[in-house]
Amino acid sequence: MNDKPYEIIIGLEVHVQLQTQSKLFCRCSTTFGQPPNTQTCPVCIGMPGALPVMNRRAFELALKTAVALNLDIPAFTKWDRKNYFYPDLPKGYQISQFDLPMSQHGWLEISDPKGAFEPKRVRITRAHLEDDAGKSMHDEAAGKSDSRIDLNRTGTPLLEIVSEPDIRSPQEAKAYLTELKLLLTYLGVSDCNMQEGSLRVDGNLNLHIDTPEGRIATPIAEVKNMNSFRAVERAMAYEAQRQCEVWRENKIKLGDKPGGHKTTRGWDDTQQVTIKQREKEESSDYRYFPDPDLLPVIVTAEEVEQVRASLGELPAAMRTRLETTYGIDPYDSDVLVNQGRELVVYYEELATASGDGRRASNWVQQDVLRTLNESQTSISEFSVSAAALADLLKAIKAGDLDNTRSKDVFDEMVRSGRTAGDAMATLGIEKVDASDAESLCRELLEANPKIVEDLKAGKMKAVGSLIGQAKQKNPNVNPGQFKDMCLKIVESM
Amino acid sequence: MSVLESTATELLAELAAGNVSAAELTQTYLAQIEDHDEAIGAFLNVDAERALTQAEAIDTRRRAGAKLGLLAGLPVAVKDVLCTKGWTTTCGSRMLEHFVPPYDATVISKLKAADAVLIGKTNMDEFAMGGSTENSAFKRTHNPWALDRTPGGSSGGAAACVASNMAPLSIGTDTGGSIRQPAAFCGVTGMKPTYGRVSRYGLVAFASSLDQAGPLARTAEDVALLLEAIAGHDPLDSTSANVSTPSYTATVREPLAGLRLGVAREHFGDGLDREVDAAVREAIKVFESQGASVHEISLPHSKYAIATYYIIAPCEASSNLARYDGVHYGYRTDEKEMLAELAEERKALEAAGDRARLDALDSSLVRMYRETRSEGFGAEVKRRVMLGSYALSAGYYDAYYVKALKVRRLIREDYDAAFKDVDLIIGPTTATAAFKLGEMNEDPLTMYLQDLYTVSANLAGIAAISVPCGITGSGLPIGLQLQAAPFEEEKLLRAAHMFQRATDWHTRRPG
Repeated sequence: MNDKPYEIIIGLEVHVQLQTQSKLFCRCSTTFGQPPNTQTCPVCIGMPGALPVMNRRAFELALKTAVALNLDIPAFTKWDRKNYFYPDLPKGYQISQFDLPMSQHGWLEISDPKGAFEPKRVRITRAHLEDDAGKSMHDEAAGKSDSRIDLNRTGTPLLEIVSEPDIRSPQEAKAYLTELKLLLTYLGVSDCNMQEGSLRVDGNLNLHIDTPEGRIATPIAEVKNMNSFRAVERAMAYEAQRQCEVWRENKIKLGDKPGGHKTTRGWDDTQQVTIKQREKEESSDYRYFPDPDLLPVIVTAEEVEQVRASLGELPAAMRTRLETTYGIDPYDSDVLVNQGRELVVYYEELATASGDGRRASNWVQQDVLRTLNESQTSISEFSVSAAALADLLKAIKAGDLDNTRSKDVFDEMVRSGRTAGDAMATLGIEKVDASDAESLCRELLEANPKIVEDLKAGKMKAVGSLIGQAKQKNPNVNPGQFKDMCLKIVESM
Repeated sequence: MSVLESTATELLAELAAGNVSAAELTQTYLAQIEDHDEAIGAFLNVDAERALTQAEAIDTRRRAGAKLGLLAGLPVAVKDVLCTKGWTTTCGSRMLEHFVPPYDATVISKLKAADAVLIGKTNMDEFAMGGSTENSAFKRTHNPWALDRTPGGSSGGAAACVASNMAPLSIGTDTGGSIRQPAAFCGVTGMKPTYGRVSRYGLVAFASSLDQAGPLARTAEDVALLLEAIAGHDPLDSTSANVSTPSYTATVREPLAGLRLGVAREHFGDGLDREVDAAVREAIKVFESQGASVHEISLPHSKYAIATYYIIAPCEASSNLARYDGVHYGYRTDEKEMLAELAEERKALEAAGDRARLDALDSSLVRMYRETRSEGFGAEVKRRVMLGSYALSAGYYDAYYVKALKVRRLIREDYDAAFKDVDLIIGPTTATAAFKLGEMNEDPLTMYLQDLYTVSANLAGIAAISVPCGITGSGLPIGLQLQAAPFEEEKLLRAAHMFQRATDWHTRRPG
């Protein structure tokens, strides 16, 4: 960022829907896409007298995530009410965590295998649990101004993960989100589906600009309504540019009056701009206080250790291990690990069975992933087992197959689900006997005295024509081996 | 022996013996309500058909030899703050005038499981806020002992219906004294159980950390019976205590040997009526004559109890009552009228070119909230919502709410220390007997002092009972309060029964 006259400061707030069967404080289902208001009960629609009871599973998933994000887990955490009026908030308050969240002070390491930025730790301020609000739908059709409210989502468990303003570029912002999503997926705590709202991102951004009077900060903008990681990246880039231009024009600093306060902006994906959102007259006062309907949650050190022990290998550790165990590059380990735990398991089986980690990595990244993409399937549904593919890789290594033919065999294995050997037989591929290859070679050399002359004169290119002729007579001929044989014979002539 | 003069415990025996059917009993009480409730105004809603159907079903099962519940066939009146499935639950508020809950409160489920006959829903101060039942949006309830006086509140209907023989048992709720004060004013026995002893699920919240449902009846025995039916852990209420429920009916008749009674000097200070003072001192002697020892104790922080309560309760109420916004259920302002008014205001401001006020004009949503809550809530509810919202606001929270929580802990510690030395604390329930209706309408602060002796029990979460212990010169009942450590309801009931065995105040009936 040194080529720019400013430094970008970004902090991200991520809301993640935890993958539980039931809501955070009642037993209603959390299934997405049901008819409106069919997944509700007196508790989540805030009927008089109804009371919340904490979903232990949701707390466990939150704890798992918090531990994986290197957050400290206090022994005591409580629930607070965040009071505000909104039609899709039927209780008139959200149950959240204010001053004693279930976790705080952690970090997530991000890096870019292509080296776009230095690896760094983004500090995480806190992660806390809260219940989601419902959905308002504004039906403006036919001159009506009716609003409709769907409370199916009301009460769904959300984990809010707040980063420190440690992110310095839109690329870093995207990397942070990608790594966070990957971690959440490895942990199995959320499906992270942004389209269904299981993962929502708000970005806080401002600029630090060096001026003759010293370093100044521009007013912070909170950007909402970003529906993909790409949108986050673009919105952050746009917003940085915009703030820079606004600063040049009006020189308003953070905290200046008027105009230096934090604003809320929405990302418009069609126009690729951020748009200022309507502001409330006075700053909101949520009148937080401890929810008297719920008990504080006590978490023991043993519980935290149990959770830590149950996490399994997480992406960062897995990348390092793949690099050292199989001798692959950070770029390759990144691609593999980013595909998820199942693919890594497949890769490791393949690498071990074939005895060639690099070749296995290339095949998984190119051929396996291409096939999965084309068929829109996952590795668990893949018709070629790691063991079968390993046989193919071994055949290639042994020189039984050339590159082109090996792709044909692979495609045949995918189509038929059969072993490498069977697929090769189906395609009529068999290893050419050494004496057969030699007689074919001598036959061709005899029939092409010009080529023999050229070869003797050191025109090595001439051998290509011989290989072509050989393949026509016997497609199973291994070009490399054939070439060596030809040269050897010519030499002895 | 007439049905109406009998205690619930006696009636239960008659029912079991087949001397009277649940349907007959229910008919008798319905007739009594028919004859007297016009003057008393204890009930908001009596559903004779529902009650009789329930009673007949119980009789049928009894004839078939089925095993019946603890309260089999006994009519029970319920304060209109407990949700009853398919049966209007108003909380004494216009806001919920037509609200029909889709579910039963746990207390109601338990009453049904115990084969009680739900005879009616009783009047109360709106959302249980008040000490005279005059804050009901629907009607006044009159004290059966003197119709120009209050039955107390907020469970005024619950106490008045028992006092006037319109129900043998009734359920009230107590947030700062709302069972005990009406029990004292109406000459009946009423208990606020330990916080967590009775489920709050379906009890429409006023102040969640203080609310507790409890029984009102003629005698300690009857209170024991009803408490046994409604108490117990409820997985639907996170604050309900996971402790077993003793059989109160099995032990209530056993006197307590070596009973140590604490007398707190703070309960006998300025403002205590001379007659009440005398009656309570007489009651202490009754215990002494049965072998109890009396010890002077101190509850030094009790002088802050009212102030503490009037921070914590309104804070919680301001949040609990936010849900009444006209969006999902309950009262909503006339939208057509509201929108027309808004349009008119807009037009006038536009004509006047008043940009500033035009910008500040309510959105239709905000106007709907404003009008709905202005029209749906009564003055006392609004007062407390405002007090609570203020105390929770940024900049005031630490000075009010946080400080109140600290004092609350000190009040609890006073009790913990006291109960190391004594079994029960004995004193007056209220400073005076029932006051006149309308007497405190213009004076909410004096009304708040009604809770002076009762509110500490709610703040500390302990159990307390009020039993009749005298009649004033002008013929009004006086209440004696006994307080016990958490989950010591059994001790309270046994002590109250000891007192009632030795006295007959609880048998006195109005007029």
